Amino acid sequence: MAETSLSKSRTARGAPRAFGARLTRYLRRSETARGYLLMSPTLLIMTIGIVVPFIILLVISMWTRQGFSFDTTLTLANYARAWNEPIYGALLARSFWISGVATVATVALCYPMAYYVAFHVHRNKMMWLILMTLPFWTSYLLRVFAWKVILGYEGVINSGLSAVGLIDAPLAFLLYSPSAVIITLAHAWAAFAILPLYVSLEKIDKSLLEAATDLGDGPVARFLRITLPLSMPGIIAASFLIFIPTTGDYITPALLGGPDGAMIGNLIQVQFGAVNNWPMGATLSIVLMLWIAALALAFLLVTCKVQERIA
Amino acid sequence: MTTSDAFISIRSVSKFFGGFRAIDDVSLDIGQGEFFSLLGASGCGKTTLLRMLAGFESTSSGEIFIDGQPMSEVPPHRRPVNMVFQSYAIFPHLNVQDNIAYGLRKQKLPVARRLEMVEEMLDLIKLSGYGSRKANELSGGQRQRIALARALILRPKVLLLDEPLGALDKQLREQMQLELRALQRQVGITFVFVTHDQEEALTLSDRIAVMSGGRVLQVDTPAGLYEMPKTREVASFIGNMNFFRGTVRRNGSAMAAVETEGLGTIPIPVEQITKPDGAPVQVALRPEKFALSATRPDGTLAVEGRLRTAAYLGERSHFYVSIEGKAEPVAVSTPNISRGLDRADSQSGQALWLSWSPDAIVILDTD
Repeated sequence: MAETSLSKSRTARGAPRAFGARLTRYLRRSETARGYLLMSPTLLIMTIGIVVPFIILLVISMWTRQGFSFDTTLTLANYARAWNEPIYGALLARSFWISGVATVATVALCYPMAYYVAFHVHRNKMMWLILMTLPFWTSYLLRVFAWKVILGYEGVINSGLSAVGLIDAPLAFLLYSPSAVIITLAHAWAAFAILPLYVSLEKIDKSLLEAATDLGDGPVARFLRITLPLSMPGIIAASFLIFIPTTGDYITPALLGGPDGAMIGNLIQVQFGAVNNWPMGATLSIVLMLWIAALALAFLLVTCKVQERIA
Repeated sequence: MTTSDAFISIRSVSKFFGGFRAIDDVSLDIGQGEFFSLLGASGCGKTTLLRMLAGFESTSSGEIFIDGQPMSEVPPHRRPVNMVFQSYAIFPHLNVQDNIAYGLRKQKLPVARRLEMVEEMLDLIKLSGYGSRKANELSGGQRQRIALARALILRPKVLLLDEPLGALDKQLREQMQLELRALQRQVGITFVFVTHDQEEALTLSDRIAVMSGGRVLQVDTPAGLYEMPKTREVASFIGNMNFFRGTVRRNGSAMAAVETEGLGTIPIPVEQITKPDGAPVQVALRPEKFALSATRPDGTLAVEGRLRTAAYLGERSHFYVSIEGKAEPVAVSTPNISRGLDRADSQSGQALWLSWSPDAIVILDTD
């Protein structure tokens, strides 16, 4: 960016035609300048849509609530509260636990499906992928409600089990619990796991698998030494794509979680709504963001280490 | 070679893909330590046959024996063979050293011994010091050698090579051919080599099987295939060949001859021909077996013709000569012993004499 603006200010004094020609020549010569030019619309939106709001959020998080209004002196009091009061830490830990389990479950359940399409489907692969992402064609809210119907006190599972005679009273733990949230999240985000997993598996050159077999690997060794490490980018992408948004999710826990299934997202929502403590909400959002960044980094480091070990 | 001392024995093997017959009742015997090539145009079944030896394709019927053991129940990862893939299949997430050591893992060797073996292989393929390079930092020739080392380090009984030189440029390919041949002599492992390049097959092999349409047409040494092809298909696939229609003429049991279109009657040793008097045969003669001269040469078989076209190819020149009694011109190839195409008789329409020695002619099975 700096380079482009520099060259512009230098050439702006010349005739407009000369300026155009020089800019063209400059762009042709400098790959960096061309890259920034291509990125500039996105960069603009990123700046306006992410960087600016983030700064606003950061500033608000350093305000404090004074009755019905905000004290705009900058202080870290909210951060101290978030650190010291156990409720915040507990909710944060539960959010990570729930969305972590949901992520692992989703990736583990979607991997075989993506594997099957990548290696054993030879015709109409697109159709299979579209069928797998079919649940995504309905609204997120509708899918959450569907699970409410399935898991409910008089829902599909309970009435089915009691009709068969396996249970006398409906199973209460199905709905309004962390497990209900995990099941729903795992189903709702499946497409986000299948697609990156499929892409990374599909890219694996089949002759590499044959070479591993030829060099003495049975199916299990071959999977662990070739398929799994080579599909690691897909696993990492899928994990991030699910873990990051689900940690902050508040619809599913609000509708299916009950008191034990509430997550940090619900608390943030309440801060910006009923409690009317925007500074605390902003603080919690930033704390969540930092934690996700730290966990993502740790996850990346661990997978790199594991990959080295496998090799 | 008899069945008993064959190291690899392919017995009446067929392979169907749906209704398509990829391999059609092939029987082959390959000796221990032999450099054996499967040669044929693409789609002739040579790669399928190789993949059947590796175990990646099952046999629809027939049996393959390696070192006396039937292979049909043995999965690919337990066969005493290793393969060099056409794409080399170098593992992209591993460095050179780990690629080469890949198959050693099962042998539970101490780390020091494993490294030592890898170093020996790197030495053998002349890539010492490349152990920590990543797969994407290697050239085509280096990848090819690593694929070779990765297979050879396991000391397989048989090494299978699927057009391993196909992706290399001409100069590198010729250099690798020499190295491959030297390496094979050095390690003494049986090589089964698939190629569509007849020159490569001739250069490298102890014996060659020429394949077409899923069948083996002929198995012979390079010289045997080139000098004594059995069928027209083999004769025209390897090198260039002039074909002439002929008729067998027998005079008792002492003398035989073939009356040939355009070339007259050529005497043939009796034992070379089994056909009865009057039987039609195909006679073949390589372009380089002819000599050209302006006047009739003494003491050899010769026929007069007219030059159609001449082409200068550097080391040799090609001439197309029309002769009486034959529709297509005869191809003649002569080494350029003197400099350039400065022959007085190289103008189109020029009359000249073609001569050949009777032992250069090949009598083909008519097909």
